[in-house]
Amino acid sequence: MQDFATTLGNAIGLILLGDADLIEIIALSLRVTLSAVVIACLIGLPLGALVGAFRFPGRAAVTVLLNALMGLPPVVVGLVVYLMLSAAGPLGPLRLLYTPTAMIIAQTILVTPIVAALTRQVIEDLHSEYAEQFASLGVGPLDRVAALLWDARYSLLTVALAGFGRAVAEVGAVIIVGGNINHVTRVMTTTIALETSKGNLELALALGVVLLAIAVIVNAAVMALRASAVRSAYA
Amino acid sequence: MPDVCLKTIEGGRATPASAPAPLLMQARGVSFRPQGKPLVDGIDLDIREGRRLIVMGSNGAGKSLLMRLLHGLIAPTSGEVVWRGKPLDRAAMREQAMVFQRPVMLRRSVIANLQFALAVRGIGGAERRRRVEEALEQARLGDLAKRPARVLSGGEQQRLALARALACTPRLLFLDEPTASLDPASTLAIENLISTAHARGITIVMITHDKGQARRLGDDIAFLHAGRLVETGPAARVLETPSSGAARAWLEGRLYLDDLSSPHTSPTP
Repeated sequence: MQDFATTLGNAIGLILLGDADLIEIIALSLRVTLSAVVIACLIGLPLGALVGAFRFPGRAAVTVLLNALMGLPPVVVGLVVYLMLSAAGPLGPLRLLYTPTAMIIAQTILVTPIVAALTRQVIEDLHSEYAEQFASLGVGPLDRVAALLWDARYSLLTVALAGFGRAVAEVGAVIIVGGNINHVTRVMTTTIALETSKGNLELALALGVVLLAIAVIVNAAVMALRASAVRSAYA
Repeated sequence: MPDVCLKTIEGGRATPASAPAPLLMQARGVSFRPQGKPLVDGIDLDIREGRRLIVMGSNGAGKSLLMRLLHGLIAPTSGEVVWRGKPLDRAAMREQAMVFQRPVMLRRSVIANLQFALAVRGIGGAERRRRVEEALEQARLGDLAKRPARVLSGGEQQRLALARALACTPRLLFLDEPTASLDPASTLAIENLISTAHARGITIVMITHDKGQARRLGDDIAFLHAGRLVETGPAARVLETPSSGAARAWLEGRLYLDDLSSPHTSPTP
């Protein structure tokens, strides 16, 4: 086995040269994960805001459920989505198994509870501050949810990025429903898993470096945003 | 409407010769007893159009709770709040506005705070722009219009909160210690805004701990003690010659405890 420094050097070479396979894998990773996060936000933000801003019977149970679903094991989600999409499953006729769409579905299921549960907490905290003023102004239910979501926008951006972080680094679900098919469903994490076991450490490590870089960039962006939000007391 | 008031703010003796202003709102036996604890207990109170009612009383007397009951933010355990002859409802709440002791600022600019309050009442377009301009000018916040509301000073935030409430053109304005913890200059600015609102015919109900402020801004005083209304009357009369032991003790700066105090323990009856 080559020593680590040589492997790392070759890996960085792949990145710097813009290796076509590497670019394709990164692009698919980002497409799948960003799509899943956008869909998860479209569902999770309003859902979390509704649970956070209103009192209704069963609210405590919904909160517990959302919090519990945050810890969904990816392989279980992958298995369930696989069963749904497989030829014998209820959604089999859609023929989505082993497509990027299947991966987006699996990651959406993983990320939506995270977005919803964190949003619920953020909105509930903000609402406890605003509730009396809103009642006094006569703010209707729709305006209330919209105003809370808007005023919590910086915190909610962090929520979305937490979802992104979870999805982009996840391997268990996407490898089951995507199948890690070259040029079709191969993303960064599944490639790392496969290439490592095949001994192709350069590509695996190059993707690892890119994943780490994405994590660093995302976190730096979050911190910069929050700092500017704090300066204007919007956070 | 039949006259069912039990206590009028003017109180019989000090009523001016002219007829009392029309009744705007009434509390009829309003009580609030969470888990049986009578925090507000059987309040009967008349609020008359265009008057400035000052609510006084020591900490924990139930002033803020009474104000929230009158505004409809909480529902009474028993009794009812009547607004212009009818039970208080959402439509009635929209004819009222309230400024809280700690101003609630949306995480937006000054101007967006004003726009929001008007937008939720369905006021848009040129009318909204006109009212926002007017509110900024009245509160002297024009230069700060684009600033985030939450970086303003305490006095500026309270001016904005008051301007936001007034932009909704309420008939009645509730003020819960609007100048608590403000410096004299900010207090004066707030008092001027309140006086301007009153001059426009807005009925004022204000909680304060400040006797000077009660004298400056009050037409009538309602004095609460331990959740009960112990005295009402014209401001000057209540401040000079309070008839209840609780009001007398409070105005003299003495502690007043229900069980220990009785009329004969008070120095000047």
